[in-house]
Amino acid sequence: MNPRNIFLYLHIFALGYLRSRIGLFFSLVFPVILILLFGAIFSSSGSSAINIYVQNQDHNSPISQKFIAALNETGAFNVNIVSPSSGNLSTWLSNNGDTAGIVIPAGFAAQFMNHTPVRVTVYTDPAQGATAGTVQGVVQGVVNEFNLGGTPPVITVRSLNVGSTSFQYIDYLVPGLIGFTVLTSPMFATVNISSEFKKYKLFRQLSLTPLTRGEWLTAAIIWFIVLTAISTVLMVSIGELVYGAKVTLTLLAVPFLVLGPLFFVSLGLVAGSATNSPESAAVIGNLITFPMMFLSGTFFPVSMFPSWLQDVAFCLPLYYVIDGLNNAMVFGNVGRVLVDLTVIVVLAIVTFIAAIHLFKWREK
Amino acid sequence: MSNVIEVKRLIKDYGSLHAVNGIDLEVHKGEVFAFLGPNGAGKTTTVEILEGIRPRTSGSVDVLGIDPWHDGLKLIHKIGVIPQGFNFFEKITPAEAIRFYAGLFRKNTNVDELLKKVQLEDKAKDVFDSLSGGQKQKMGLALSMVNDPEILFLDEPTSGLDPQARRAIWDVIRSLKAEGKTVFLTTHYLEEAQILADRVAIIDLGKIIVTGTPSEIIQEHGHREVLRIEAPPAMAEYLRSHLDLQVDVRDSTVEVEIRVKEDVLRVLNVAETSGIPWEGVTTHMETLEDVFIRMVGKMDEGTVAGEGKKGGAPLGK
Repeated sequence: MNPRNIFLYLHIFALGYLRSRIGLFFSLVFPVILILLFGAIFSSSGSSAINIYVQNQDHNSPISQKFIAALNETGAFNVNIVSPSSGNLSTWLSNNGDTAGIVIPAGFAAQFMNHTPVRVTVYTDPAQGATAGTVQGVVQGVVNEFNLGGTPPVITVRSLNVGSTSFQYIDYLVPGLIGFTVLTSPMFATVNISSEFKKYKLFRQLSLTPLTRGEWLTAAIIWFIVLTAISTVLMVSIGELVYGAKVTLTLLAVPFLVLGPLFFVSLGLVAGSATNSPESAAVIGNLITFPMMFLSGTFFPVSMFPSWLQDVAFCLPLYYVIDGLNNAMVFGNVGRVLVDLTVIVVLAIVTFIAAIHLFKWREK
Repeated sequence: MSNVIEVKRLIKDYGSLHAVNGIDLEVHKGEVFAFLGPNGAGKTTTVEILEGIRPRTSGSVDVLGIDPWHDGLKLIHKIGVIPQGFNFFEKITPAEAIRFYAGLFRKNTNVDELLKKVQLEDKAKDVFDSLSGGQKQKMGLALSMVNDPEILFLDEPTSGLDPQARRAIWDVIRSLKAEGKTVFLTTHYLEEAQILADRVAIIDLGKIIVTGTPSEIIQEHGHREVLRIEAPPAMAEYLRSHLDLQVDVRDSTVEVEIRVKEDVLRVLNVAETSGIPWEGVTTHMETLEDVFIRMVGKMDEGTVAGEGKKGGAPLGK
């Protein structure tokens, strides 16, 4: 394996890819559009009233009553009162299968009157991204009305998840869409390349140069790792800057950003080996890609799925990439990262070996 | 004269089909060798075996002292190839492609000079998919020359090109020969072979049926001269019954073999007395194409396994 040959092909491949606007659009622009679109959808208000459970720990003070009335008047909520004696609201919501609640703390009125900062806690379930976004947005609106533009604001909002620490839908969406890029760019491009190169005899052409199959494959994998890295930086930046996502680019995420493209380039090559026709290759590529795209937790957490569909998701390689990225970038769950990584390592090795065997420069 | 290619009893089977059926072949250093045959005759399979990209079933193949299949990586540094219907990465320019090949072959190629040689200097920065068919073939020709090869395999390099582009490719082939390169030319165009080739081999049904210089082949297998009369087939019948000469009907024309000058007068006299209406008369010396068509029959559009679909014009008129 000659690094110079790999670089030479990488250069030609990158030039061709960058000049093909369709490839570039689907690799970098389309995921950005998705994150902006989904982020906007799930951060904006819904159309029907949401059941919200308010725990007023301020002994029904007039100001707190006024705050609850203001929530009611928005028309966005069906406000339900939960007694302070019910204990922790997050636990109460979890136990009752409810997903949205507000705690008005003790001393709310006194602090408000004294212009001492006071914090209202909003509980939502990130799995119900649209609802969560609406609740947070509407509560913030009511709080702003109470603050009347005062600087600094007296009332602030703390968002927490029901029964867990503070995660928002966007926190799940960023790793999901990075996984989407890891899947789609290498898969679609490689399936297409492997059939078109055969049809137009480009593999045959390359076989008459000193470039080897291994060097070709390595260059393609490196290119998609680079694209994935660029896409990851874009996703994380947009998620953080536009929607305040709490995702961290840690070293734990790196193996998924390397092995993911390696696996899907190899899988694309295996799939493309099955046919010489670019049209058939596109069908095969779609059959493999689309179920993974929607069922692996790309747009919604797999935990939202019915159990039988969750079982299907667990069979999809992309699930382990996205779960790994979630655990590395959002939850910091090293144990789960290692489990996901083990699955991806095994799949990547097996598929890479299969691709090397099935992918031929020359014909018999 | 030293041989750069030696093939002995070469056989290539695809299952029960004998694509190449025991051929012997020798190509001399510095010659333009044309390899001709109808679709499915075994041309491309043979060429691909010589290039080292397809294994043989049996027989021996020696290209520049190298066994192409077993030592292909060594051979690629000594040969240049334009495959049938040359294609490249659609968004790459000729100049970038040459630099890419030069890098792979570790050659210090002068890109401008090479582009000028194939008359493509004004398209150096145009991407491949914006080039015309002729320009694409010229780019293929340029790439096949990057490694300064000893033998160039040109598989139908002018197929589908307009006459001007075809002649431009011919100029390049002539300049390659002038530089002492050996050119192994596969073509559908018999005129091209007759003009460019020093020697020709015709393959049909996997076997070589004739080898030699174009003039040797015409002399040995062609009719010396024919008189063509524009007349209905009944004229042919009439001439056959009154003359001891070979008479054929081809493309609504009656063709009579002329052995000596006097035969022309005899034919015209008999035609005049036939009472069958006839018009123009021309004499015609047979070409390589005429011999080819007679020897292998009219080319069909079929292919066999391993043979690509042909893009060139069929030979029959």
